[in-house]
Amino acid sequence: MRLASIPLSAWIGLAGIALALICALFAPLIAPYGETQVVGEVWLPPGGDFLLGTDNLGRDLLSRLIFGARTTVLVALAATVLSFSLGMALSFTAAVTGGFIDQLFSRFNDLMMAIPTLIFALVVLAVLPQHLWILILVMAVLDSTRVFRIGRAVALDVAVMEFVEAARLRGEGPIWIVFREILPNTLSPLLAEFGLRFAFSILFLSTLSFLGLGIQPPAADWGGMVKDNKDGIIFGISAALVPGAAIACLAISVNLVVDWMMKRTSSLKGGRGDA
Amino acid sequence: MPELLTVKDLRIEATSYPPGEAPKTVTLVDGVSFSVEKGRVLGLIGESGAGKSTIGLSALAYGRGGARITGGAVTLNDTDILTLGRSGVRSVRGAKVCYVAQSAAAAFNPAHRLGEQVIEASLRHRIMSRDDAEARALHLFRILGLPNPETFGRRFPHQVSGGQLQRAMTAMALCPNPELIVFDEPTTALDVTTQIEVLAAIKHAIEETHTAALYITHDLAVVAQIADDIMVLRHGKTVEYGTTRQIIEAPGQDYTKALVSVRQIARPEAADQSTPILTIDRVSASYGNGFKVLHDVSLTLPKGQTLAIVGESGSGKSTLARVITGLLPPSEGRITFDGQELPKALKGRSKEQLRRIQMIYQMADTAMNPRQTVREIIGRPISFYEGIHGAKKTERVRQLLDQIEMGDRFLDRYPAELSGGQKQRVAIARALAAKPELILCDEPTSALDPLVAEGILKLLLKLQEETHVSYVFITHDIAIVRAIADSVAVMHRGRLVRFGPKSQALSPPFDAYTDLLLKSVPEMEIGWLERVLATRRMESAGN
Repeated sequence: MRLASIPLSAWIGLAGIALALICALFAPLIAPYGETQVVGEVWLPPGGDFLLGTDNLGRDLLSRLIFGARTTVLVALAATVLSFSLGMALSFTAAVTGGFIDQLFSRFNDLMMAIPTLIFALVVLAVLPQHLWILILVMAVLDSTRVFRIGRAVALDVAVMEFVEAARLRGEGPIWIVFREILPNTLSPLLAEFGLRFAFSILFLSTLSFLGLGIQPPAADWGGMVKDNKDGIIFGISAALVPGAAIACLAISVNLVVDWMMKRTSSLKGGRGDA
Repeated sequence: MPELLTVKDLRIEATSYPPGEAPKTVTLVDGVSFSVEKGRVLGLIGESGAGKSTIGLSALAYGRGGARITGGAVTLNDTDILTLGRSGVRSVRGAKVCYVAQSAAAAFNPAHRLGEQVIEASLRHRIMSRDDAEARALHLFRILGLPNPETFGRRFPHQVSGGQLQRAMTAMALCPNPELIVFDEPTTALDVTTQIEVLAAIKHAIEETHTAALYITHDLAVVAQIADDIMVLRHGKTVEYGTTRQIIEAPGQDYTKALVSVRQIARPEAADQSTPILTIDRVSASYGNGFKVLHDVSLTLPKGQTLAIVGESGSGKSTLARVITGLLPPSEGRITFDGQELPKALKGRSKEQLRRIQMIYQMADTAMNPRQTVREIIGRPISFYEGIHGAKKTERVRQLLDQIEMGDRFLDRYPAELSGGQKQRVAIARALAAKPELILCDEPTSALDPLVAEGILKLLLKLQEETHVSYVFITHDIAIVRAIADSVAVMHRGRLVRFGPKSQALSPPFDAYTDLLLKSVPEMEIGWLERVLATRRMESAGN
């Protein structure tokens, strides 16, 4: 792959993701103030000592945004990756094995989807101890039902193709069939779904934080920051818009990169030719 | 007689957008000229990609999928239809020029009754009143020999057979009383025994209604039965243009000669057919819903020879292949391979048993993973069965590419970068890579153009000589059977109706079905259709 073949839109997306990752990794070094440090008046306008102003408690907004990248990116990314691993593993198994296993997984999936996600998450998170990894796991499991649906549908399409039959006739095991025959042919729709799911999981995390079951204060996360500063909007204070814009930028960046990868995987050369 | 349609210096271009490259303009048709008189039929013949359908559609001033008519003139009754505006073209399409598509099943709207769709164009163009249109449709249904013509129009497309649907489509095209009909491969998707009925019906209807026609096909034997003139096309250019008699009996160009003389492979059958490699003993099979597709089939295939299984679609010939591979375990009977009984289901078979039986599919497109290169596709059986990796494996892949008459430069290509014939060759190499003793070929040439198919057949015969592999060759094409088989099995509705060495199976006395099948295969001879129909009438009169 040549760097020159990467389109501008993908570069923008990559830059956005890189920025978020740098913030997340080196937050204590970059941030001008501490995460929970109260440094000035409430809701100071941007400029001067505070580049983006201060929040509802007088904490530096830029610093909190940088620290917030840690939790937000980590939780959303981990949850999405986990939900895809889980959903795809189960859905491909169901599609390739068929029969009883397929019925079992699919009906259980229907059962999970029948319960409203948010209420389900609230109940589970209220009962379980409040750890970050539990939050990630719950989000991942709930999201994986959606991935299962789409994964099973695309895998079924490919599983009936003759090259899969040829692999079976050769005597290939299920691992080869799933990873070498089916997976490369289902990447396009799954990547598209990944971009969408990632944005949704940031929003879902914000919702949970808003309801008090996500990231616990005083730790910063972008969704929580929107909630903290939302009342300021009534008085014409833009503090709530800053973390909102950060969420939007990250979601767009991820989708720009995903779009480019989708074009690559569905191109005629080495593709199914249905781009 | 006045010319009805004159096409002069037709040039059609399209723009393709290869990913990562600048858009390219491709010339599809270049400098094609012909004319059709009233009541005459012109056959357009060529391989896929020759531009024959594109030319046919230009008679409706229509370019399919981004094709643009960029030069020349298409004159219908002294009017250049290319210069007409949108509404002008609309008054031509479906009224003066009608179109019959290859796949009638896809061209009819499944939600409406056939009768409504047949008369729709006549009503929309206000050519006739509803009563007149219905009367004409009934008349056409009769001419085309459709069953129960009075009630035929009340049926839905899924309620009639493929051959009937194709005839209904012809009725739809004839209904507005057009001056010209464009037939785009109307019988290609049909079985031979159905094809002959549809051909006869179309021919009869054209004669009755004195309509001119463009008949597009890749089968010279078919067009010889129906056309007055023939134009041979290749790569969008005219190769030869003349009367049917001249093209068939005295072709001028090498390409036409090759088309006329195609399927000239003749191989005598093996004399000794005693040592069997595959024995199928009283096998019956049914699908999950209890529908029985194979009834009590018994066959043997001698070592190093070719068994051709012939039959129409739905005769169970592909199902038999699935039973042999173990994909569909038989409900009764036994399959013996090289003296050992094979486990019925795929799961029960050992890797070694799987290696010895390989398969080649009809559609090489779907039989190869589009995201693997030729190297990976051919190399996998080598590393899977023999555990050979790295440079040694590449060496074997090179040898195999050499055997299938393709070079090293194909190693890192993806299937999408190969032509249809090349794909099928790679599929053959993949089967050979396992060093099998039996290859099941499921119609490997039926999706290919005649000259390419010829190449594949020759390759298969060459490989058989080199490696002494046995073939089960499933086909619906009697000409192929005559060319390559040692023994022949004829299947009909899941039963074996005839089996034996080729010389016996394909010579009289015949059973009724084999007789019908053999007589339905179009021959490269003018007047063949009339002769066959005449014998049939005599036979039915005699009965």
